[in-house]
Amino acid sequence: MYPSDYRYTKDHEWIKLDGPVGTIGITDYAQAELGDVVFVELPKAGTQVKAGQSFGTVESVKAVSEIFSPVSGEVVETNAALADSPEKINQDPHGAAWLVKVRLADPKEISGLMDAAAYQAYIAEKAKEHSA
Amino acid sequence: MLGSLVRCKLEKFSVTTPATAELRKTALNSIHRRLGARMVNFGGWDMPVEYSGIMAEHMAVRTRAGLFDVSHMGELEIRGPDALELVQHVTCNNAAKLVIGQAQYSGLMTSRGTFVDDLLVHKISETHYLLCVNAANQEGDFEHVVANNRFDATVENTGPRYSQLAIQGPRAKEILQRVTQITLDPIRYYHFAFGRVDGVECLVARTGYTGEDGFEIYFDPEFSEKLWNSIMEAGEQEGLIPCGLGARNTLRLEAGMCLYGHEIDDTTTPWEAGLGWICKLDKGQFLGSDVLARQKQSGLERKLMGFEMLDKRIGRDGYPVLIGGREAGCVTSGCPSPYLKKNIGMAYVPPAAAAIGTEIGIGIRGQSAPARIIALPFYKRPQ
Repeated sequence: MYPSDYRYTKDHEWIKLDGPVGTIGITDYAQAELGDVVFVELPKAGTQVKAGQSFGTVESVKAVSEIFSPVSGEVVETNAALADSPEKINQDPHGAAWLVKVRLADPKEISGLMDAAAYQAYIAEKAKEHSA
Repeated sequence: MLGSLVRCKLEKFSVTTPATAELRKTALNSIHRRLGARMVNFGGWDMPVEYSGIMAEHMAVRTRAGLFDVSHMGELEIRGPDALELVQHVTCNNAAKLVIGQAQYSGLMTSRGTFVDDLLVHKISETHYLLCVNAANQEGDFEHVVANNRFDATVENTGPRYSQLAIQGPRAKEILQRVTQITLDPIRYYHFAFGRVDGVECLVARTGYTGEDGFEIYFDPEFSEKLWNSIMEAGEQEGLIPCGLGARNTLRLEAGMCLYGHEIDDTTTPWEAGLGWICKLDKGQFLGSDVLARQKQSGLERKLMGFEMLDKRIGRDGYPVLIGGREAGCVTSGCPSPYLKKNIGMAYVPPAAAAIGTEIGIGIRGQSAPARIIALPFYKRPQ
C-alpha cells in the first residue's frame, strides 16, 4: 500500500526522490479521511516552497485541507490533470494523482521524514485514537 | 495536511462539546461501525458522517433512496389542558392551525425574537404535542420551555425514549410500504400516523431534511437494529443505501433548508433567515413577538440568501462576503452541490446586495472569488 521508496510526513504527504527532484502527493490515508475530492489548488511552476509550510489546498465535499511541503525548494511542475479530474486523488493517490514536483534546495531534508514502516505505524496509532 | 482537515471537520460537525466529554451513542452505533462508516463528533454524539461516500449517498437519495440514523435528534413532549398555549407561547409558528396527525416546522424563540432552536411540532392529541429538536440543543430547549411554562402543562425530555430513522428519496414510500401495515400513500406531506413497522409500534411522519419525499420514523430504541435491518433488506433491490450526516448536510443545503448553528442561532430572527413563513405575528403574543413586530416595521440589516460560485472555488461556512472589496456579510453554509454540479452556499448579505443576480465576492484564502446571488431553494424535487 505505502511504497517503500517514498518518504512520509506527519501531515500525510509523501515524497519520492528522483535525483534532485522530488514528486509530492498526499497519502492514501489522507484521501480516505478527506472523502470525495472535488477541487485542488496548486502553486505555479517557479514558486518557492518551504518545508512544513502550506503550498496549496485539497478540498473534498466536506472539508478544506492545506497541503504542507515535505521539503524546501522550487516547484518545477504541477499535475495539470488534477484541475479537471480532482477525483483521481481518491483513485490513485500514490501514483497518477501526484500534486507537484519540487527541485530540492537541500536533499538532506529527506532524512528527517518517515519511511513506509514508520508511517504505517504512525497511522495505525491514529486509527486507534479514532476508534477509541 | 490532516491537522487542518480535522479542525475543519470539528468546526463543521461538532457544537461546543469539550473533547474530553464522553460521546453519546445511538442504539445503532455498532451497526455503523460494522458498516465501516467514518464517525465524527456531532453535537456530542458519535455519528456516521459517511459510509460509501457523500457523493454516492447524496445521489442515492436524489434518485433512489437512503436510510439515515437520526436518533441523536431530541424529543420534548408537552401534555396537559394548556399544552397548546405553552407551544404557542414558546414557538413562532401558529400551532393552533394543526390538526391531530399534522406536523409543523417552527422556531423556539428567545424573548429577543431569535432562535433557541428550530423544530418540528407534531400534534398527537388536543392535549399532547411532540417536539423534535436538534441533538445539541435538546437539554437547553427543555430548560427553556420549562422556564417559560406558566401554563397547566407538563414538559418532558423524552429523547432517550426514541430512536429515529429517516428514509428519504423517490423510492422511500414503496420500500417502507413493504415492511409496514400503515397505508403510507394517504399520509400527506407534514402529516403522520401511528402503526407497526415490521411489528414495532412507530410514529411515521412524512417529513424530512433532504428536499425529497420520505418518512421519519420514531420508535423504542430497543428495536433499532431490527428496524434498520428490515428496512435495509426491503430496499435492497431499489438500491437503498445507508447515508450519513455528510450527505444529510449537502442534501438540506441544496433544498435551501436552515441548519441551527449555521443559518440560524440565538442572534438571528426568522425575518433575517428567510423564515417569515413560520413567523405568525397574527396568532397573538409569544416570546419575542414584540421585537419581531418592530423588526418587521423597521426593516432588516441583513438577509439570508443563496449564492453560486462563478469559478471552481468553494465558498464555505465562515468565509466573508465581500462587496466592493469590503467585508459585508458571512457565508453560513457552502459546499459543492453533488446534484447540481456547481458550488453553492447560503450567506447573510446586506439588503442592498440581496437582489437575485447581484454579483458578490467570497473571501477565500485572501482572495475575492466571484459569486452571484441566486434564488432559494437551489433544488426542488420534480412533482
